[in-house]
Amino acid sequence: MTYPPAASDPQSAVPLLEVTELSTSFRTGRGLLKAVDRVSFRLGRGRTIGVVGESGSGKTVLARTVMGLLAGSNVEKTGSVRFEGQELLGAPNSELRSLWGARMAMIFQDPMTALNPVMRIGRQITESLRLHLDIDRSEARATAVSLLAQVGIPSPEERYGSFPGELSGGMRQRVMIAIALACSPRLLLADEPTTGLDVTVQAQILDLLGSLQYERNMAMVLVTHDLGVVATRTDDIVVMYAGRIVEMAPTSRLFSSMAMPYTEALLASTPRLSNPSHTRLAAIEGRPPDLTALPPGCPFAPRCRYAQDLCRRAAPPLVTAERPDHLYACWYPLGARTGPAPVSHSVSS
Amino acid sequence: MAKYLAKRAAAFVVIIFFVSLGTFFLVHLLPGNPALTILGPNANAHNIALIDKQLGLNRPLWTQYFIWLGNVLHGNLGQSFVTRESVVSTIAHAFPIDLELVVISQIIAFAVAVPLALTAVRKPNGRFDRYSTAGTFAMLAMPPFIVAPVLVLLFAVNTHIFPGPASYVPLAQNFWSNIHTMILPALVLALGSIVIYYRLLRNDLISTLQEDFILMARSKGLSDRRILLRHALRPSSISLLASAGINIGSLIAGAFVVEYLLQLPGLGYALVNSINQDDYVTVQGIVLVVAVAVVLINFLVDFLFTIVDPRISRD
Repeated sequence: MTYPPAASDPQSAVPLLEVTELSTSFRTGRGLLKAVDRVSFRLGRGRTIGVVGESGSGKTVLARTVMGLLAGSNVEKTGSVRFEGQELLGAPNSELRSLWGARMAMIFQDPMTALNPVMRIGRQITESLRLHLDIDRSEARATAVSLLAQVGIPSPEERYGSFPGELSGGMRQRVMIAIALACSPRLLLADEPTTGLDVTVQAQILDLLGSLQYERNMAMVLVTHDLGVVATRTDDIVVMYAGRIVEMAPTSRLFSSMAMPYTEALLASTPRLSNPSHTRLAAIEGRPPDLTALPPGCPFAPRCRYAQDLCRRAAPPLVTAERPDHLYACWYPLGARTGPAPVSHSVSS
Repeated sequence: MAKYLAKRAAAFVVIIFFVSLGTFFLVHLLPGNPALTILGPNANAHNIALIDKQLGLNRPLWTQYFIWLGNVLHGNLGQSFVTRESVVSTIAHAFPIDLELVVISQIIAFAVAVPLALTAVRKPNGRFDRYSTAGTFAMLAMPPFIVAPVLVLLFAVNTHIFPGPASYVPLAQNFWSNIHTMILPALVLALGSIVIYYRLLRNDLISTLQEDFILMARSKGLSDRRILLRHALRPSSISLLASAGINIGSLIAGAFVVEYLLQLPGLGYALVNSINQDDYVTVQGIVLVVAVAVVLINFLVDFLFTIVDPRISRD
């Protein structure tokens, strides 16, 4: 299901989230590892953007950098992250802490490890409520119980006192959603929210996220390796490879005319219900490149079945296709691969 | 939870049985003959046989064991051949001193180790961490029989901050002067515990802080301090508790040295005296009580586990 875009509001001129030329590098023993490389995108209020890529493509690091959760002496960040007009990159920790949980929240991949195993789930919800909202203990408790009910946990009164270990994986992910949404954030960063769950539960959780998002007019960055997950639930899709954006377009546009061979390969590796059962999944050959020693050309070239000489010599820039909202980084985009010479590009921005 | 505790309690009974076996037969391996001790210069073959018969020492060892065990189960640990005092009353006088000593030493150890660890993990391998690691290891390297005289010299002889050896005041007589006399011996005992607790908690905290749920807690906007105390401390304290259980057991033995050095009339003091006097009934009683106390402490720790980490009783 797709949800209509949020009603226009007076502030819509300023996007909720604006990420510009964001890079994140880690100093490692083998040199500088550029996990996120000059990524730019915008996200409007109540909208959803999907960030797709294999593991190691930098999508989790991107989400955590946007949130500001990556810190430490071995992390280098450049560029800009503006949230409601406020610059987050380089903002003091105290400023970020007042946003975290209150205006922006995060859901983590593994509900088995992301909940504190020795704390009752009710406490894990009220903790956030009492920190950010000026409410007393009993009010917080009542709010937490109603949140548990909203995320579809049966008998929430009783579950309030449960420990995470007493719940199933799907239930734990619902608890995590309840924690993230406790203070009604404007932005939710969901990092592979359904990867650890089985397929039927996956769909339930995604539907739940979608409807809660719609009710609350909350924007979401949905990070996943599964194009199938983002296909019907996002407004725009960003495809990442080796820390870079390699294709970005409105969701329907991306599926109708994808330009990047990597996107095509990702789609081919997504299981489909329409395939006969036991169909072999096409895996993408080879492995993601070593980020400390990228090849000179297109980082995907060694694995790309359309790669030509030019691809191995020079990295393609991110350019616009026929429509300004469709960007891709490929010398020989799909559907235009006729002549021996690369098609001419108009360099974006 | 109830099932887990029932299982632990069953194990407890079995362990106590073996402890009683060990106590009885090991003490009988000690050299010395009680009849000789009792008779002193009057010892001759006839009198020795008479005393042996009177005390039941001519019966087979197994029979003696079961008679003793029967008495123990009725709360009777026998009567000393030497002092004519009942062993139960000797222990009742001495044991509270050990208990107090261990409790105070553990309060000191935790009060030092936990804040040290919590501060050190804010910057692992930072200056504070390195200094407190070095400092606590230095404490471990110093055995009580060295530390005790040095502390006595520093705090009792030179500065009179604490009273010196053999100045024990019973708790019932004067609470504060009792505590005052106990601090120095407890400190000696605490030094070895501090490094163990500090290192364990520090390492466990560092690995807990890598967990996803800590990142999740940060993403809620909680302060570092709150994350440490509310989210990291509890899941990091399992090995701390386990080692405390084992450590407290060995501390009772360690207390013997301190009591003897600082002339505190606790169990260790009584034990050394009764060994010197071949008073094996008292030795037996003391060893049994200490062994049961050690097992009991570990049972208590098992119970604490279930409170600290609800996952333990579920498995």
